[in-house]
Amino acid sequence: MTDITTSAPQAQKRKLNFHLLGPLFALIALIILGACLNSNFLSYGNVTNVLARSAFIGIIAVGMTFVITSGGIDLSVGSMAAFIAGVMILSMNSLIPIMGVGVPVIIMGMLIAAISGFAAGWLNGFLIAKVRIEAFIVTLGTMGIYRSLVTWLADGGTLSLSFDLRGIYRPVYYDGIFGISWPIIVFAAVAIIGEITMRHTRFGRHCSAIGANQQVAVYSAIKVNRVRIATYALLGVLVGLATIMYVPRLGSASGSTGVLWELEAIAAVIIGGTALKGGTGRVWGTVIGVLILSLIDNILNLASIVSPYLNGTIQGVIVILAVVLQREKKTAD
Amino acid sequence: MTSPVLEIQNVSRSFGPVQVLHNIDFALHAGQVHALIGENGAGKSTTMKILAGYLQPSAGQVLLDGMPVHFASSQVAEDAGVIMIHQEFNLAQQLSVAENIFLGREIKRGLLLDHTAMHDQSKALLERLNCPVDPRAKISEISVPNRQMVEIAKALGRKARVLIMDEPTAVLTSRETDILLEQIDRLREQGTAILYTSHKLDEIAHIADYVTVLRDGHQVFADIADGLSEDQMAETMVGRELSNLFPPLQTPQDETVLSVDNLSVDGWVENVSFTLKKGEVLGIAGLVGSGRTEMMEGVVGLRAATGRVAINNNPLKSNSVLAARQAGMVYLTEDRKEKGLLLQKNLRENLTLLALDKLSGVFINRLGEEQALDNAIAEFDIRAGDREMNAGNLSGGNQQKLLLAKTMLAEPDIVIIDEPTRGIDIGTKQQIYEFINQLAASGKSVIVISSEMSEVIGLSNRVIVMASGRVAGELTGKDINEGTIVRLAMGMTQNKATAA
Repeated sequence: MTDITTSAPQAQKRKLNFHLLGPLFALIALIILGACLNSNFLSYGNVTNVLARSAFIGIIAVGMTFVITSGGIDLSVGSMAAFIAGVMILSMNSLIPIMGVGVPVIIMGMLIAAISGFAAGWLNGFLIAKVRIEAFIVTLGTMGIYRSLVTWLADGGTLSLSFDLRGIYRPVYYDGIFGISWPIIVFAAVAIIGEITMRHTRFGRHCSAIGANQQVAVYSAIKVNRVRIATYALLGVLVGLATIMYVPRLGSASGSTGVLWELEAIAAVIIGGTALKGGTGRVWGTVIGVLILSLIDNILNLASIVSPYLNGTIQGVIVILAVVLQREKKTAD
Repeated sequence: MTSPVLEIQNVSRSFGPVQVLHNIDFALHAGQVHALIGENGAGKSTTMKILAGYLQPSAGQVLLDGMPVHFASSQVAEDAGVIMIHQEFNLAQQLSVAENIFLGREIKRGLLLDHTAMHDQSKALLERLNCPVDPRAKISEISVPNRQMVEIAKALGRKARVLIMDEPTAVLTSRETDILLEQIDRLREQGTAILYTSHKLDEIAHIADYVTVLRDGHQVFADIADGLSEDQMAETMVGRELSNLFPPLQTPQDETVLSVDNLSVDGWVENVSFTLKKGEVLGIAGLVGSGRTEMMEGVVGLRAATGRVAINNNPLKSNSVLAARQAGMVYLTEDRKEKGLLLQKNLRENLTLLALDKLSGVFINRLGEEQALDNAIAEFDIRAGDREMNAGNLSGGNQQKLLLAKTMLAEPDIVIIDEPTRGIDIGTKQQIYEFINQLAASGKSVIVISSEMSEVIGLSNRVIVMASGRVAGELTGKDINEGTIVRLAMGMTQNKATAA
């Protein structure tokens, strides 16, 4: 009824604002808490460290936001990252005899990472959209496949990047410009482009339309399958990008690389206010979600009040709280 | 006259600063059917929700057996025997009929459920309603009118003294409606008080003992139904004369814009061929299930189809809604809630979804979107309280207008409208008829699929009648009449149907 609803949106807006900004308030509260507990918390070194470590999950979580917004899920990203890291290291090592030790090999490695990320993500999307298998099942399967492939490639051990290449590649993680390290810059760029894509492009609008009601999207002449595959391929490319930033940090990959990254990425998306069932997505919320998760870890390590081993417990509580807050909003409507 | 069971006295209701009900005052009596009618947004739903405990009145009171009551929730009202049956059924699809009837008040023997007792009692309740459904059948397996019966049985099982029915026939075919009306008659004889709403005034004239008319939240009429004609009801609702519901027909041009040859949709449609002229309104009639919707979904690429579809003699790429849209042909679904609109999204995002490419380069032109919304609100008379509101909060009629606006934003030349006025009030209907007529006048071509015979007859230059997935006949001029259409739809041949 027209007349009923004239008043409803006002009330809704007030509630929505609180709901919208909730994660931001939580982040600010965490920063204040951290600063009170340890004077080093806001130091340049600590802030840079926290942000650089958030970058891997952050880059992946931005891609995950698109997948979840369009009503999907991807459990395979952690394994995918390990697999891409393995492929990247093996190919760079084997390219040395041909191309010699130098920047071209690194660039080839980066290209290979991006391409294998795209291929792995596209495969997920293809199986989900075209073969019509549940996203949960497909990515549960590929999660096992990618993880086992990297373990097999490493023969159960560790794949290490050739020592000479490490020296050249190292700055990609450890250096930067104007005192900001490259992972932070790349994360920020991905977040900004992601936010703009989500809010101001047809692709973003189509993602949320598909997540809200796939039938309506089909009837509105949206190429649902193409958009859906694109979200997974985009996520795959971003996993590749995160791996490109991650490999120079340790210079190796093994079966235990990227374990539980998928859950951290999904948790960040949910904390940021994106609905798990799809339909609404907030990239900036995801960024805040990532920061909240890494700050908790950091604060526990800096302050000795609570054992750092309880990190997972606190993160778990926060994810559940975030979903409860989402639901309260719905019933209040 | 008996004393009233449930009464509403001087009830007003406001939402925030907006008053939606003004001093509503009427009574429901045992063994009477009381019809509550009005346009979408007139306040029917609010009134019903107050009676059934879903909403509280801002002023005034509700009386049960002459005593003031306060229904704090629908649960309290149900316990007092006042039960509302919603348009969207509250049935668990995967549970059996008996399990649904006893949902929340299962009969137990010791710790375990007493399936036999529930089965037998369900059977007895359904028999009382003359409904032949097996209590063991799942809800998802039974027909829509039977689900309605199960809802009623569930209400009766809860000892309903007052049944509040919110447009029970909106989704029923005319035959199913007849069955439902018979059951309502039976309930009336058994002494149940019934509040009944519907947009179909012939039903009201047929079933109601008493009629209350709401307009813009005011009670503008309340009297016994005897002697009240459908025209009088409609005019009271709208507050103006509705002499010409259908505008005069336009004359189509000679040019053929759409030709469909030997179209088949697996399991639904076999070898259908037809053409559409520029400026023509083509009506598609036929029973529900005759393949009307499936045929059109095949034509626009929403369903896999074989055969040839050509627009302005250019063959259309098959199975692509986008290709059809780009060629200037759009389809407006009959199911606006599930297939037409994103109910949780605002008006702007809904409006531009189909034609988003026209409003964006690399980025979406947000100002252009706002402009388009302004235009749509003005042109289609969309009555929204707030521009930012969700489409799901619009009334049915306004949702339909929004859907029309969304479709027209794609600037189509051929518009296929499936059930253009399902579940919307007569005033909005008239606006939509006017709009369809204007489309034809401006040289667009329109196909109207409708289960409402009067609509097909009143709007169309030409009518195709479907039966069992085939074209049973094509009618023009004087042959477009109810008798011929029904005979064709029932499977008679064209010669017999027009000769009879």
